[in-house]
Amino acid sequence: MRLVVKDITRRHPGAAAAVLDGLSFELEGGTLVAMLGPSGSGKTTFLRCLIGLEPFERGEIVAGDDVVLRGTEQASPAERRESIAKIRARIGLVFQSFELFPHLTAVENCALAPVRVKGVARADAEAKAVELLTRLGLAERLKAHPDQLSGGQRQRVAIARALAMEPKILLYDEPTSALDPSMKQEVLQTLHRVDATGVTQVVVTHDLSVARGSEHVWVLGKGKLVEEGKPDEVLVSPKHEATRKLLADWR
Amino acid sequence: MLVAFVLAAMAAAPAESGRVLKWGCDAQGGAPYVFQDPMDPNHLVGFEVDLANAVAARMGAKAVPVQGQWDRLLELLARGDFDVALNGVELAEEKKRVALLTQPYFAAPEVLTVRRGDAGAPRAVEALRGRRVGTLPGSLASRILERAGAEVRTYDGGQNEIYEDLRLGRTDAVLLDDPIAHYYGDLEESLERVPGDFGEVRYVMAVHQGNDALLAELNGALAGLAKDGSLRDLYQRWGLWNAATARLIGADPAATAIPTEYERWRASVGKLPPLWERIRQRYPQTLPLFARAAGMTLALSLVSMLLAIAVGVTVATGRRYGPAPVRVLAAGYVEFFRGTPLLIQLTMVYFGLPELGIRLDPFVAGCIALGLNYGAAEAENYRAGLESVPAGQSEASAVLGLTRWQALRHVVGPQAARISLPPMTNDFIALLKDSSLVSLVTLTELTKTYVNLGNAMRDHLGLGVMVALWYLAIGLPFAFLSKRLEGRLGRHLRRSEA
Repeated sequence: MRLVVKDITRRHPGAAAAVLDGLSFELEGGTLVAMLGPSGSGKTTFLRCLIGLEPFERGEIVAGDDVVLRGTEQASPAERRESIAKIRARIGLVFQSFELFPHLTAVENCALAPVRVKGVARADAEAKAVELLTRLGLAERLKAHPDQLSGGQRQRVAIARALAMEPKILLYDEPTSALDPSMKQEVLQTLHRVDATGVTQVVVTHDLSVARGSEHVWVLGKGKLVEEGKPDEVLVSPKHEATRKLLADWR
Repeated sequence: MLVAFVLAAMAAAPAESGRVLKWGCDAQGGAPYVFQDPMDPNHLVGFEVDLANAVAARMGAKAVPVQGQWDRLLELLARGDFDVALNGVELAEEKKRVALLTQPYFAAPEVLTVRRGDAGAPRAVEALRGRRVGTLPGSLASRILERAGAEVRTYDGGQNEIYEDLRLGRTDAVLLDDPIAHYYGDLEESLERVPGDFGEVRYVMAVHQGNDALLAELNGALAGLAKDGSLRDLYQRWGLWNAATARLIGADPAATAIPTEYERWRASVGKLPPLWERIRQRYPQTLPLFARAAGMTLALSLVSMLLAIAVGVTVATGRRYGPAPVRVLAAGYVEFFRGTPLLIQLTMVYFGLPELGIRLDPFVAGCIALGLNYGAAEAENYRAGLESVPAGQSEASAVLGLTRWQALRHVVGPQAARISLPPMTNDFIALLKDSSLVSLVTLTELTKTYVNLGNAMRDHLGLGVMVALWYLAIGLPFAFLSKRLEGRLGRHLRRSEA
């Protein structure tokens, strides 16, 4: 699915500077994209605006051929609500803190939304959940509650829960930050497994290894896209000052 | 089971056909008026019980007593809860505005009692100024005392407490109607009556305004009972025959018969039997009364709690998720019902709504008042529960496409329930106890039963333990169930940092 972001402006109430200041980019389907940028560059805010958890004032987001989400200054609340619902049917989000439902098992976490939102029969939804969890290496932990899982396992349940809604694009907010550094390889492995299914993934990250493992890199600086390209190019010979500083900080 | 309790509690009316005369009285008032027989607490006795039966018999009716708080009898009568108020209702001009009053059926002097040999005690009306004097609220005696400038102490419990306080030096004197002084004050050897004229009280029956036919019938029955001497016999049996009443009904003031009922009462309360004997003989007799009362308490509490939960869920979700006007309304509801006494709310529902043409059954009124009041507490409780669930849970639900309602029902609600359950159990236990307030609206539950029995048997300690056990027997199973449910709900809610 094609995702086009045009000139998004977002200013937190009372704040002097805009968090997103005319952010624009285009994304063709089927890739694994890493979104880099220093703290405060607007990465997480962008994800929240895209999925409708936060408003933005101006600009538009085009998801697929027919869904357009415009800023609060350009569209009525009703129009925005309608667009957000359609976007959520096509785009999923894996939260930084996962936000699994603690009172439900892994399978129930994955089956809840398909049953309630799409009206899938419970047995079918659970079979699908088992399939997804198994594919992500959780065949042994199907009946476990979140408090009985390790951090990495919880993250994979969160991914399976998002995939159960069959999104075209899956967003990740800092997938390695809540995990032990030794888990990075496991996260990358998971990202590549999902990539193999053809789902487009956008990964907001601070982590260089995740960026290296991606197929395309975006660098944000002060609410704008400052550089993009293949990881080999952007990470090896950065053109923009902000990218160079970011890489220097990492080393 | 609940339905059975409710039915049993509400099945006050007798099954026999034929005419019924419902008369309102307060068994808490105690001897010699209307009280539970200390020898067999399942029966009401008293000179007014005999009088009601005699009057009803003359009218070809069956007398059925209806419990009501003494100082509310005329309001209950106005509501139509019974046909006639017959329980030491004093003749007074202002009462004629709210009810029709019969001819007086009894007259008695007001009696001033003081500690025996107390040199500083007030012994004349003029001496009452500034002195602490005990009496009953809303009585002629209390008005006499106020006029005399006394510092009036009124009591809602039983009469023996009024004299007990005098004995202990908490008051300087007691002014009460002669029958009460005779049955309570005179029994205390450390107290004495003060000779002299302190006023005279007359008791009448009150019927609903406009019910002149019943008034005439009652007056006719009274005249008949006076004429054939049965009224005199009745008062003599109870040891209450006096010159004032003799003048009132035109009979010979000399007492000629043995006061059998008075002697029987004295024998039964004169000296409290030892505890073991009470446990073996008296307390088992109270079981049916307490069981019925416990059924009433439980039924009231359960129905009220269900209403409170429904109100609480509605108000809490309205306050957390509703649009601005709904939030304001919900907050206003909570502040109003939490900030005003339950007693006032109950009074408004029971006595106030009839002014608007809404006349509720006592059980329904009790449940509505308790349910609305506790609904405010539940609303706050559930709001705290909802707010304890991290915002991320709602966001995760929203991103998955769940509606707000679905998120509440399947994600936030179950987690909030675990937080709200312990305070909810607390509220239920509190409600169980607060349900005692409904004795105001003629329902006889555990506390009222205890107070009545305690006064009748003059046994507050042993019966107090009994009634406490009944409350615990009702409340503890719920506390236990709640604890188990809490454990089950909370099993996986230990929030682990991600």
